[in-house]
Amino acid sequence: MFKILKYSFYDLMRSRWSYVYFAFYLALGFVLLFLNNDINKAIITLLNIIIVLTPLIGTIFGVMYFYNSKEFTELLLAQPIKRSTIFIGQYLGISISLTLSLVLGLGIPFLMYGLFKSSAIFDFGLLLVVGSFLNFIFVALAFNVALSNVNKIKGFGYAILMWLFLAVIYDGAFLISLIVFNEYPLDKYSLFATMFNPIDLSRILILLKLDISALLGYTGAVFKKFFGTNFGLFVSLFVMVLWVIFPVWRINRKLRKKDF
Amino acid sequence: MIKINNLHKKFGKLVVLDGLDLEINSGGIFAILGPNGSGKTTLIKSILGMVIPNAGDIKINEQSVLKKWEYRNQINYLPQIANFPVNLSVKELISMVKNLRPKKANDTDLIKLFSLEPFLDKKLGNLSGGTKQKVNLVLTFMFDSELIILDEPTTGLDPIALIHLKELIQKEKSKGKTILITSHIMSFVEEVAGEIVFLLDGEIYFKGSIVDLKKQTNQVDLEHAIANLIAKENV
Repeated sequence: MFKILKYSFYDLMRSRWSYVYFAFYLALGFVLLFLNNDINKAIITLLNIIIVLTPLIGTIFGVMYFYNSKEFTELLLAQPIKRSTIFIGQYLGISISLTLSLVLGLGIPFLMYGLFKSSAIFDFGLLLVVGSFLNFIFVALAFNVALSNVNKIKGFGYAILMWLFLAVIYDGAFLISLIVFNEYPLDKYSLFATMFNPIDLSRILILLKLDISALLGYTGAVFKKFFGTNFGLFVSLFVMVLWVIFPVWRINRKLRKKDF
Repeated sequence: MIKINNLHKKFGKLVVLDGLDLEINSGGIFAILGPNGSGKTTLIKSILGMVIPNAGDIKINEQSVLKKWEYRNQINYLPQIANFPVNLSVKELISMVKNLRPKKANDTDLIKLFSLEPFLDKKLGNLSGGTKQKVNLVLTFMFDSELIILDEPTTGLDPIALIHLKELIQKEKSKGKTILITSHIMSFVEEVAGEIVFLLDGEIYFKGSIVDLKKQTNQVDLEHAIANLIAKENV
């Protein structure tokens, strides 16, 4: 698996997009820090960007890589390598290279600004952890969509739709449901509804850590009341891990029946 | 060597292989022929495990190969269309494939044979179709395996490369290898193949030597004999 991972990783590192992505985060980090002039404020702004953008980039990269490396994959399939090894290797290759762009791109400006002297280092660390989780989750989801659709355009469309749903529509539908059913007790419902969306979950995870009640929103407040800060952090991190495991498991399952 | 039992494969509603039985003995060159869409590539890909059959069994050396992968170390496969990752150079691709197989590779002689030295550092995306096919041939023939599967090996090759290819095939045959070839170039088939397997409607329609086929169809050349087989079915 390491060989496949290595080749996928090199392949991506060689393509311009990894650098564009890296440069984007680098620029974003610098601009935010020098405009806000305050690490804590920069982290909150960054949170809002990371939570929408990393899933989008992960989705697009995942789908694009899957369809573009069709030939490479077929070449590998004729070699004495297990199917799941090939795809998990590729999956890790993309996820790791994206995560590297994120961590280095944001890490460099924050380090230069004096992150180690600030108390915000743990908040920032958590932000990177959440961003990395989102990368791994959405690349896996994108692979799922691509595996189920032979047609490239269709696969791309569904993947973007999935991102749009989780990033925007889900929240809207959730809010509407809260308004419509506001005569009922909604604590547990909203708690579970959050767990089913990795983007919402990441937002709460960071906000719990930052402890900004004003930004927590309804679900965040429920979350905090229900779990407390530390246990809440633990539970949401655990659910994030499940969000990685389940799509990867489905990739493996789907592969067993797939024709190439 | 290869024993295929009651193989079924459907793509959606399209039935491609319909209870195919085939036995191929060790050693010799077998041409798998049939009209377009008769299931040649599906059959080959089933043997390689790239296509998962709906029913039936494939055995290589008395061992079922379905859901397995280690056996592929004993197969060299030349895919139909030489599509490679465009970002890699020829050298990198060759070393990558060598790296992925736990086997000794003999690539230098083959690179020389097909005069690929000037292309070694070029990106695969910039190569012509014929040159890509030569790279494809190097990747296929550089390992020493019992079974060699060639899907349309002549595509895009110039006459010199074609002569080299025929020599390579004969050399492997003399070592006692089993070689499966699909091709639509009948003169090529007639020249290299010892036995013919003719696929039609997802089943084996004819299996035997070229001489038998000509006798059975009352034709003097292979091209007409095959055309005769296809036409008979359509009447």
